[in-house]
Amino acid sequence: MPFVSPEVYAKEKIAAIQDYAILSWHAVINIFSGPRYWADIFTQMDSIGVGSMPIVVLTGFFTGCVLALQSATSLQEFGSVSLTGNLVALSMVKELGPVLTGLMVSGRNSSGMASEIGSMKVTEQLDAMRALGTDPVRKLVTPRLYATVFMLFFLTIVADAVGIAGGALVSVTLLGLNASTYFHNSYRALVDGDIVQGLTKPLFSGFIIATVGCYFGMKTKGGTQGVGKATTQAVVVASVFIIIVDFIVSRAMIGIFGR
Amino acid sequence: MPSEIAIAAVAPNAAPTMEPIVVFENVSIAFDKNSVLEDVSFSVHRGETRIILGPAGGGKSVLMKLTNGLIKPDSGTIRVFGEEVSAMREADLFKLRARIGMVFQESALFDSLSVEDNVAYRLHEEHVPEAEAHARVVEALKFVELEQAIDKFPAEISGGMRRRVSIARAIVSNPDLILYDSPTGGLDPITSTTIIALVVKQRDVSHTTSLMITHRLQDAFLLARNHFNQQTGQMEPIANGGVDDSTKFLVLNDGKIVFDGTTEELVHSTDPWLKEYLA
Repeated sequence: MPFVSPEVYAKEKIAAIQDYAILSWHAVINIFSGPRYWADIFTQMDSIGVGSMPIVVLTGFFTGCVLALQSATSLQEFGSVSLTGNLVALSMVKELGPVLTGLMVSGRNSSGMASEIGSMKVTEQLDAMRALGTDPVRKLVTPRLYATVFMLFFLTIVADAVGIAGGALVSVTLLGLNASTYFHNSYRALVDGDIVQGLTKPLFSGFIIATVGCYFGMKTKGGTQGVGKATTQAVVVASVFIIIVDFIVSRAMIGIFGR
Repeated sequence: MPSEIAIAAVAPNAAPTMEPIVVFENVSIAFDKNSVLEDVSFSVHRGETRIILGPAGGGKSVLMKLTNGLIKPDSGTIRVFGEEVSAMREADLFKLRARIGMVFQESALFDSLSVEDNVAYRLHEEHVPEAEAHARVVEALKFVELEQAIDKFPAEISGGMRRRVSIARAIVSNPDLILYDSPTGGLDPITSTTIIALVVKQRDVSHTTSLMITHRLQDAFLLARNHFNQQTGQMEPIANGGVDDSTKFLVLNDGKIVFDGTTEELVHSTDPWLKEYLA
């Protein structure tokens, strides 16, 4: 990587943030004017939402399993193994469900978006699209953005549910807890604020996954090597953003709901 | 083989003015401080076929993208159909581009769409009824003699066939201006001649204004010295070694115009660089 002066470096970064902000803004507002590509939105919902189901279910389920297993060790010291359900439900719904789902979907779809749009960029397909009178942001970015935000919300609910189910399986079969007690404690542990917190995060994560993936795709240059670089950058940046925004949203929600 | 789509291209959008279709005035553009085009001025009139010649890296493709508004110049003005594309918003450019067909250097076909969907792309965007869109796609593919490939995907056809599909995609909406960006680049001589024959056919049957980039002199002179015989359906040399009056040349070198004129003027030019280039 060639060395550049701090001034040039700063200008490049600020220009990149500006480009990202403009792309994100257009991607959001395009839905309020025509033409709208509903068929593309539904195709992306299927690809992003249904396509990500297996990894989200597996990740959520085994996270719930391991959470129950690990927490039981600590809870045993206080004679509170019966509270495993509380711990699993709170951890899954408030934190692990949204974050892990975001990270898994980011790994699968940010990279997919960056490589697909990046390949189109380096083979002049984006220019061809513009030459044929279609706005690539409207056709490619907006459907991916709305599909990701919408589907990640429901994928997070699925991850939460299977995580709690995984915890139940371990609690009943390995820890000897009563299933009814486990689910009762899980239910009692959660309040409305926890659910709101857990389901607000995927809205931000979905936005980050789609806009970061598409941004790096649309900025791709340098042939197939450039596509590979864009793909890697998209996953890394989206994952880091998800974690940072998770912290900010958590802090804001704790401020609002007090827990 | 006369083509209805090509004939139809002449009439509907023709404005009653004799203003040039494309006008460049003192256009300059640089990338990363490297000047690509410098103070370029020229105009292309209705029905004219302008061949853009020059060594690789001379700014030809940039000039083509500027014409279509895909990139903006650093300075100067570009007018297409009387509208200043260099100052238009992207949303307005989409409407203007409905009148412009473009054939990209590497075809730029959408690889996830079939040949039919590629050619029909603009028709689908304009919500043309499916039956009519299919009929127009078949007609455009017949023009490029590729109707048998309608169900194939770009990856399943050869490079030459992809260029022909790209030409079909450019002409399917009966544009008033066609931009050919190196349509013969990287092709073997026989396939190149087939592509040039299609350009000649489009020129002589529909008289569509066009800009064609090439760095192959033989293709440029093939275009200038041949015409399309609608009776035989073949490209033939113009009698007595004549040249097509509507075909003119623009030669670029290092981002500057070194020649702007007719075929005769080009071959009789005394410019030392030009003589060496043409030799």
